[in-house]
Amino acid sequence: MAEKKALLQVKHLKQYFKNGRQLTKAVDDVSFDIYEGETFGLVGESGSGKTTTGRSILQLYHPTSGEIIFDGKDVAKMKSRSDQLAFRRQAQMIFQDPYASLNPRMTVEDIIAEGLDIHGLVKNKEERRQRVEELLETVGLNKNHASRFPHEFSGGQRQRIGIARALAVKPKFIVADEPISALDVSIQAQVVNLMIDLQKEKGLTYLFIAHDLSMVKFISDRIGVMHFGKLLEVGPADDVYDRPLHDYTKSLISAVPIPDPEIERNRHRISYDAREEFDGKKRTMHEIRPGHFVRCSDDEVAHYEAIAQSYE
Amino acid sequence: MPERILDVKNLKIDFHTYAGEVKAIRDVSFHLNQGETLAIVGESGSGKSVTTRSIIGLLAKNAKVMGGEINFHGQNLLDLSEKEWQKIRGNEIAMIFQDPMTSLDPTMKIGQQIAEPLIKHKGVSKKEAWAKALEMMKAVGIPNAEERINQYPHQFSGGMRQRIVIAIALICEPEILLADEPTTALDVTVQAEILDLMKDLQKRVKTSIIFITHDLGVVAGMADRVAVMYAGEFLEYGTVDDIFYNPQHPYTWGLINSMPTLESQKLEAIPGTPPDLLDPPKGDPFAPRNAYAMKIDIERKPPFFKLSDTHYAATWLLAPGAPKVEPPAEIQRRWAKFKAMQ
Repeated sequence: MAEKKALLQVKHLKQYFKNGRQLTKAVDDVSFDIYEGETFGLVGESGSGKTTTGRSILQLYHPTSGEIIFDGKDVAKMKSRSDQLAFRRQAQMIFQDPYASLNPRMTVEDIIAEGLDIHGLVKNKEERRQRVEELLETVGLNKNHASRFPHEFSGGQRQRIGIARALAVKPKFIVADEPISALDVSIQAQVVNLMIDLQKEKGLTYLFIAHDLSMVKFISDRIGVMHFGKLLEVGPADDVYDRPLHDYTKSLISAVPIPDPEIERNRHRISYDAREEFDGKKRTMHEIRPGHFVRCSDDEVAHYEAIAQSYE
Repeated sequence: MPERILDVKNLKIDFHTYAGEVKAIRDVSFHLNQGETLAIVGESGSGKSVTTRSIIGLLAKNAKVMGGEINFHGQNLLDLSEKEWQKIRGNEIAMIFQDPMTSLDPTMKIGQQIAEPLIKHKGVSKKEAWAKALEMMKAVGIPNAEERINQYPHQFSGGMRQRIVIAIALICEPEILLADEPTTALDVTVQAEILDLMKDLQKRVKTSIIFITHDLGVVAGMADRVAVMYAGEFLEYGTVDDIFYNPQHPYTWGLINSMPTLESQKLEAIPGTPPDLLDPPKGDPFAPRNAYAMKIDIERKPPFFKLSDTHYAATWLLAPGAPKVEPPAEIQRRWAKFKAMQ
């Protein structure tokens, strides 16, 4: 594990929003690393701050405090336009809604090539066209589709266009915010497989944000669980899913429906009382097993170690 | 034999569009037994929502029923006038919609919205209806019901709103409840609560449920029987164990196989996309995406082959003399389990 290089380090990220007099702490002191070439899955319910975290990392918001270090550089301290452009080229995003995230008035070619134009990556029209056709083939679309408009495509095909757009500028890192939740089951598998193939081929690093735990477990190397703007548990995907430490993670896993009637008939749901998060105790991340962290206070460490023991 | 409360026979529905006639429902027959939950699974555009909407008389204006019957208490629902529908809708047959954000009236107190069907259908006085509404709010698990009965929809979270929608649907104790993706818009933990609530209320009110979803996990937990729908047709139906442990149609295999399991290294996606129903395929509608398709699948539509008294599947693979094929490993694992269960 030690020789793995952290491509992205999120340190004490806070993202607050002012809403009139009310202060919403959407992301509150979240820290994690994403290693080069891995998929980090971020799960949580709506309102947990998982999407905000992804957007703050890409500087789509200005974080209230905390550091985001990408490839050794603090993203917030990049002052020159060229540094900022370089960061935005290397870190791309795939959005949740394939219907809202493509401009309906632009052709597929213009959508995919927009990044190429901004970053000056192609010299002439011929090269631009060629690159777009390559990208369409990479994501499994017909290269003749370049002159069409988004409304001519199905949801799964649109999501492929979104992926092609993200890939156009040859990024290292992609934030995928619920990329499959708007798609049908049979199409979800197609898009997930495409993302896995592309990762292997191009050595991409993913931050995969989703609420579907079974899919996150499948695609991720490591998983982080968020609730009320805080990161409660981080660890290797199998550890978090099969040997969860935090009560909230347990409740989340126990609620995932499994396509097997016998398992469903014997399901025991674990309920979670969120009040313990608000008892005023100071909590930080503690490493309970190698690489498996849980957010707890110093006097709770023993409790979690006992839970970890019980899985042995 | 359980009593059949609803009997749908050879239903055919077209949609008139600028591009032509979309054949959305193509000869669908099924029934609903007293007190059971029938799940209809399928992808978007498979016609599952249109089927349920036809059962509650809420088809879009450009929809045209081309044939068939929906029999409920000795009358064909397709013959009803709008006036007659208003006596049944919300009373004997009720519906829960997918999106709790848009299916409530934002300008009405929720107490009023829950009480309205009682006043309208049962001739209950306002005061009594209000009291019943309060009772119902408690039954669906809304805390501080006395206070919240006077609040408006925007003051509730998504999960609470869906509870309100369920309260409205069940207040008249309907014989049939249609639930169209009732938990798709909700978080998993809230979804689990709502599903438990529906099961609980079903026992109490003794309603029969048609449950529409694309989530096989939800189906496994909710359904007594399952129908698999694709391109406006049923391809396979049976008890929940029949479908999950002894699936026969390659499309059902594909659906089950495209979900991640504990052992899967790569997801088995179904290639391609569903057919265009402007010009529906002649044979098995799944044939173009089906790795197991034979020549006859493209040419002739398979009839339903009977596997047991409860289990039917429309695939030529079940015809006498059809070649034996080897289904995906996950399906073979399930078949073995089914054999062991017998």
